Amino acid sequence: MVKKGTWVLIHRNILEPEERAPQVPDDTKKVPLEMWIKGYLVEDAKIGDTVQVVTRTGRKETGELLEANPSYTHDYGRFIPELQQISEQVREILFGGETDD
Amino acid sequence: MTKANDYNSVMARRGEIMKKSVGIDYSKFESGSIAFDYERMMRETGYSLEEMQKIQRSVHVGDTPIIELRNLTALARKYAKPGYGARIFIKDEACNPSGSFKARRAANSVYHAKKLGFKGVVTATSGNYGAAVASQAAMAGLKCIVVQECYDSKGVGQPEIVEKARKCEALGAEVVQLSVGPELFYKFLLLLEETGYFNASLYTPFGIAGVETLGYEISMQFREKFNKDPDAVVVTNAGGGNLTGTARGLLKAGASTRVIGASVDLTGLHMASDAMFNRKSFTTGHTGFGVPFSVWPDRSDVPRSAAKPLRYMERYVTVSQGSVFYMTEALASLEGLEKGPAGNTSLAAAFALAQEMKEDELIVVQETEYTGAGKHVQPQLSFAKDNGIEVFFGDPEDEVPGKNIVLPSNPALIKAKDVDLDNMRRSLIRTAINTYKTTPTEEDIEFLAEETRKDIEFVKEAISQLSSL
Repeated sequence: MVKKGTWVLIHRNILEPEERAPQVPDDTKKVPLEMWIKGYLVEDAKIGDTVQVVTRTGRKETGELLEANPSYTHDYGRFIPELQQISEQVREILFGGETDD
Repeated sequence: MTKANDYNSVMARRGEIMKKSVGIDYSKFESGSIAFDYERMMRETGYSLEEMQKIQRSVHVGDTPIIELRNLTALARKYAKPGYGARIFIKDEACNPSGSFKARRAANSVYHAKKLGFKGVVTATSGNYGAAVASQAAMAGLKCIVVQECYDSKGVGQPEIVEKARKCEALGAEVVQLSVGPELFYKFLLLLEETGYFNASLYTPFGIAGVETLGYEISMQFREKFNKDPDAVVVTNAGGGNLTGTARGLLKAGASTRVIGASVDLTGLHMASDAMFNRKSFTTGHTGFGVPFSVWPDRSDVPRSAAKPLRYMERYVTVSQGSVFYMTEALASLEGLEKGPAGNTSLAAAFALAQEMKEDELIVVQETEYTGAGKHVQPQLSFAKDNGIEVFFGDPEDEVPGKNIVLPSNPALIKAKDVDLDNMRRSLIRTAINTYKTTPTEEDIEFLAEETRKDIEFVKEAISQLSSL
């Protein structure tokens, strides 16, 4: 159970595929226009329930409850060996070839 | 009475919503035909350079340092003819409060919103402008909503955009995240209507005029340090506002600096395609915005865009994704600066362009931006690989956007490719005539000549080619 007043992430489709703008490409027209938004939960609810939230600007939005206290998970990705190769290469071109012996 | 909120009904209310939320009556500057009094709009609805400097200084925006990139210059000279290889500089716009030059645009928009008595601002952007508006709104005590195109239909977000959402939220904004599609504008209109907030569009006269201080500062800083204006300024071009504002600022300083636009080449990727969304490694500064917004600026979120890049651009070049990644890494490894991604597009172009210029010439990359989790070469390339993009060393000529990223196997292969500007100019003329469905008047022809930085003969010839089709 997620308590009323908790900061949560919700999701809702705002345009179904048949309601989409005429100019969108075919692959996009097959899928709905979706929205994700965060706010304070108005009533106690379970993940997956349709709920109402109050956003940071005080607006009300409804949608399916996805996550309580949502966190950021983006990062620096995996190590990319190619980037280090570039680093080695530019240093070698500019400063390389000066050995003591 | 409740208003209908389906797509077509909301779009039909567009004009009315816009007028209320921007506070500009664009009809005052209309001729009733293609022509539009651009300079009068900029004069009457914008701010003077002195006013803008005052506004921006009061919120810690601008006066950013110029940094000479001596090692990158030395590297470029390895591939230039003797006596060639201009000195390369960057203007460190990442020093602005929100971490990019967009703070200049936002400072003016938010100042204007507050002056008009709005309680909040709304902006539609997946880029740095969102953070800039959030930052300025925080200082001004206004509420802020940022609408982003962020995820594909599988719920996978571009790491760079996810980071920008975090930054906006950290600065107190409400972030509305959407899946791929131009109907972002529909939600944006609904939010303006619901809240009555100010439309902090990127394309209003005050937003564009906010960048004039950037061009002006460059001229002043170079005159002070080198007793002359820079010979060329390279601007990453997307919506055209950065280029327009910078060029206008240089003109206001009386500088005759060449203004060169640069975009990442994403030819072949449809920008509104759900399937293509996460197959690109750049969220802005690419041809997918740069070309359409240059040939038809009025596709923006205001009736008449104040960004008019074809009026100011002397040359337009593209660089490959792999070349920009290479330069980003070189900037860190040779200059000790982690910046980007956006400014590094013009940096890659400047690296190639410097080799065509003489050693005593000065070329400036006019922006940098903050780097962090998500918006950094490593997560960008990691994300590309996860989305099935091949990453390998080779000749950037072989790069196919959406399929592979070719990292140049040596710096000699980093090239700036010229875009045929005359073609783009003819495209603007064609779109103007098709949009207004009219036979152009003398005034229209003069206007189109100004719009395309050409003479009346060029416009007339372009029009006659159209009618012969």
